[in-house]
Order: sequence, then C-alpha cells, then structure tokens
Amino acid sequence: MTLYLLKRLAVLIASTAVAGVVVFAFMALLPGDPAEVALGVNATPEAVAELRRQFGTDRAPVAQFLDWFGGLVQGDFGTSYVTSAPIGPQIADRLGVTIVLVLGGMAVALVIAVPLGTYAAVHHRDPLGAAISAVSQLGIAVPAFLAGILLVYVFAVQAQALPSGGYVPIAENPGEWLRGLLLPWASLGLVQGAVLTRYVRSAVLDVMREDYLRTARAKGRGGTGALWRHGLRNASIPVVTVLGLQLATLLVGAVVVERVFVLPGLGDLLLSGVAGRDLLLVQGVVMVLVAAVLLINFVVDVTYHLLDPRLR
Amino acid sequence: MRGRMNAGLLVGGVLVGLVTLAALVSFLWTPHDPTLVDAAQRLREPGGGYLLGADKYGRDTFSQIMVGARTTLYVGIVAVGIAAVLGVPLGVVAGMTPSGWLSELIMRVNDLVFAFPALLLAVMLGAVYEPGTLTAMIAIGVATVPAFARVARAATLQVMVTDYILAARAAGRRRPAIAVRHVLPNIGSVLIVQASVSFAIAILAEAALSFLGFGTRPPTPSWGRMLQESQDLLFSTPRLALWPGLAIALAVLGFNLLGDGLRDYLDPKLRRIRAEG
Repeated sequence: MTLYLLKRLAVLIASTAVAGVVVFAFMALLPGDPAEVALGVNATPEAVAELRRQFGTDRAPVAQFLDWFGGLVQGDFGTSYVTSAPIGPQIADRLGVTIVLVLGGMAVALVIAVPLGTYAAVHHRDPLGAAISAVSQLGIAVPAFLAGILLVYVFAVQAQALPSGGYVPIAENPGEWLRGLLLPWASLGLVQGAVLTRYVRSAVLDVMREDYLRTARAKGRGGTGALWRHGLRNASIPVVTVLGLQLATLLVGAVVVERVFVLPGLGDLLLSGVAGRDLLLVQGVVMVLVAAVLLINFVVDVTYHLLDPRLR
Repeated sequence: MRGRMNAGLLVGGVLVGLVTLAALVSFLWTPHDPTLVDAAQRLREPGGGYLLGADKYGRDTFSQIMVGARTTLYVGIVAVGIAAVLGVPLGVVAGMTPSGWLSELIMRVNDLVFAFPALLLAVMLGAVYEPGTLTAMIAIGVATVPAFARVARAATLQVMVTDYILAARAAGRRRPAIAVRHVLPNIGSVLIVQASVSFAIAILAEAALSFLGFGTRPPTPSWGRMLQESQDLLFSTPRLALWPGLAIALAVLGFNLLGDGLRDYLDPKLRRIRAEG
C-alpha cells in the first residue's frame, strides 16, 4: 500500500508539473507581448523594453516558466500585468466560495442518489424503481445552469422565497449566506444527483447478482440485511470512482452556476480575467482548477485501493 | 445475435430525428429571419405567425430554435469528429500493444488531457484567440479525446484475445492490417454508442459555453445564448428561457437514449464496456 501510495504521489506531482508546462506554454507564449498590450500602440520601444524587464517577460521562456511554477509551489501566483494586483490573494479569496459551492452540490447529489439509486436497484421490477430510473435519465439531460434558471423561476420569481442571486459572506449574516447558497447547491446537486443515481443503481444491481450475496441470503440473512452488510462496501467501489469524476465535473459546473447566481467564486474570477484580458490571472485560475482535478483523481485512486482489498 | 428494437432507441431516434429535421429545414425555410431585429415585435406574445413569440429584440423564437438546432448539430458533429479521429487510433494502438511503452505513454497523456475539461480549454482558447464556434468545437473535441481513447482501448483489448485475431496473427498478417480489417469493424458498435453519448455531452458543453459567451457569437442563434439573453427577463417573460431550455434538454435526452438503445440493439456482448462521459 505504501509503495502504491508513493508511486501514485509521484504520478500526481509529475502530471501537475506537465499540466503546468501545458498551461504556461499555451497562455504565456502564444499571445502577444503583455508589455506591448499594457502600454498600447503609441508606446516607445524603450518604454516597452523597460516594462518587459519589470514583468520579467524579456527572459528565456524556460526561466519564466520556472519562475512562475516555482512561485506557484510557494503560493505566489505573480502580479497581474493589467491591474498590478497580486493574483494569489484574489484566488484565495474566491476559492472558498467555489469549494463551499462544490461540496454543497456534492452533498445534495449524494443525499439524492444513494437512497434513490439503492431503492431503484432493489426494487428494479417495481413501477417506482423504474420511474426513478426514467426521471434520472431526464435529469442528466438538464445542464446545471438550466436547472439554476428553472429554480430561480420557481423559488425566486414565483414563490419569492429565496434570492435569485448574490452572495452574503457567512461572517456577515449566516442566515442570508445559507439562503443565498440553497439554489446554487440545488442546481449543481440535482443534476449530478441524477447522474449518480444511475451509477448507484447499476452498482447495487451488479452486487446483488454476486455469489457472496446469494450465499449470505442463503445463510438466512434477509435481503436488505445481506445487502447492508456485504453489498454496500462493494457497491461503493464504482460509485467512489464516479464520485471523483463528478467532483471534477462539479468544479466546472460551478463556473457556470456562479455566473447564473452572481457568486464571487473562482469561475467568476476566471471569466472576468478573460474579459479584462488579464492572462496571468487566467493562467493562475486555470492552473488551480486543473491541479484540483488532478488532486481529486489522486484521492479517488487511493480511496479505490483502500476500499478494494483485491487491489492491494 | 442482434437485439430487439427497444423503447429507448425509438424515443431517442425520434428526438434526434426532430432536431436533425429542424436543422435541415432551417437551411431552406424558417417562419421569420431568425436574426432580424424588429422593434415592433419586441417581446411579442405567441401567435399570429410567431408560434413561440419573439424576444427582446423582436426576433422570432421558433426560427431561432430551428437555426439553433443547426448550430448544436454542427458543433456536435465537428467536436465528436475531432475526438473520434484522434481518440480511436490512439485507443486501438494502446489496446493492441497493452504492455509496451507506447501504450503507457498514450494512456498517461490521456489522463493528463482528462484534467482539462472542455470548458477550461475553451476559456483558455477564448482568452488567447477570439472566442467563437471554432474555439468551442476544438475545445470540446480535444476534451472528448480521452473518452474515445479509453473506450477504444477497452474494446480492442477484448477483441485481441478472440480466436479470429489469433488466426490472423498466425497467418502472418501485420498489425496495421489486423487493426483495420479485424479490430476496427469489431469495435465499431462500441464506438457508435460512444459517439452518441459524447454528442449529448458536446451539446451540454456547447450550451454552457454559449451561455458564458465562449461559444457561437451573435447574431448566429444558439440555444445556450438564448438562455443567457433570457435570464434578465425571467421575471417578466419566462417563456424565453423555457423554449431553448427544453430544446437543450430534449436534444441531450435524445442522444443519451439513442446511445443506450444502440448499445442494447447493436451488440449485447459488448454491453459491459460503458461509454464514457
């Protein structure tokens, strides 16, 4: 297990570094000179050269990359060429909102998917079980931002029970903070819950066909008891994998949902960075999101190994 | 043995057929010019030649939905095409040489690309170049390559242990010939299913990108942007969000059902290889 963990950790570090090269090559080397962009068309060559020295973009690409990536490792994302503000603190400010949004969405998805998916599997011949499958198929077809718009229409426009957008920091007013997040959580969670329900259902169905479960039943355990004791751990293996993939999807979904509900998260920062042509900011946020996806995959793989003794 | 026609296949086929029909007919005819700004028809209620009403610029919603179907299919076809053309050969090569360094390299690169979701790629492309339909298609296509490569690899691994491959190898056929004559035809049905599922995901991605302003540029109609434009009118004219939303959901549902239905219909043997999202 330790060996596996070390190997997997090495892969994580290596892929993060390669991802860093990709993001850097893409964002920093392809577009025009940031110094020229910052000074406009009427700038003197001397002024451009001076600014280039300040930005550090006059150095070799490799040196620039090592400087940028070395900074990242220490939490330093550099200083924006456009606003001259340090990028790290901006990301740190926004990260919390996105994490809360994603985790809340995941929680909603799990609360929906585990009971419904298990029920749909155990009662797969009943009308209700089949209905759950059908509804989950519908849910998959609805993108999170559309779910968000629908929820705003029902709960903000019609019922006027919840705000249609905006964010109140938890320190300011915990009640309003919660009210503001309920619809975003639901938009992310309902859709992911639909996807997850299908995986939980098929995982539980697979386990129910296994010999060990039949043995447990034959030895006198009731169907539910046997499933509870022997089935859920095994059914959780594929579900954990999907959960990890979903977490990555949720992260991306959060970017869009933040736009729907005007939440000050990473997605909002990313999009305003693009709008303001603040490439170093975009580069930093993209790197954080990609690193998060890689980290999630790492955690999934390790959990997978912990859950499935056959892999050890 | 081929499976029976099933309900999912039928419903999926009908929905996909409707979207395709709307797109094809829109080349020849739409009730109104979908991009025509007409102040007199501003927020017009449905009726009188405006089947679904008009938006805040007086553009006919029904015509926009029709041309939006064209945008959706166009992006889907190109994106899934990019993903298949790049992903399938990589997956087949990786599956035919499962223990070689090449296979290892392909799968590692695959994992890395997997860490770049379509939306991030599109935003990166859009930050560097002008965002539009092309950047959206490339981003969605590249982000879908890993799904095709993984599924093609898994299917190839299954095919490689069959007797007919053994026979072909014993007969001295070269690997490229085996790949083209024996592997590809036998993993075709899995790939068709994957294409259908990927198409559904591409539609979702295109809608999200257009919603954010990283997809199809105005004035070309797109369902995602129609939703974005409807958002500030949700209090007064919610139907403007209803129709594009319904169009997206039904198109995605159609391709998902079609994919699932095809899987059961084409080849029950290969059912265990799941299409990937």
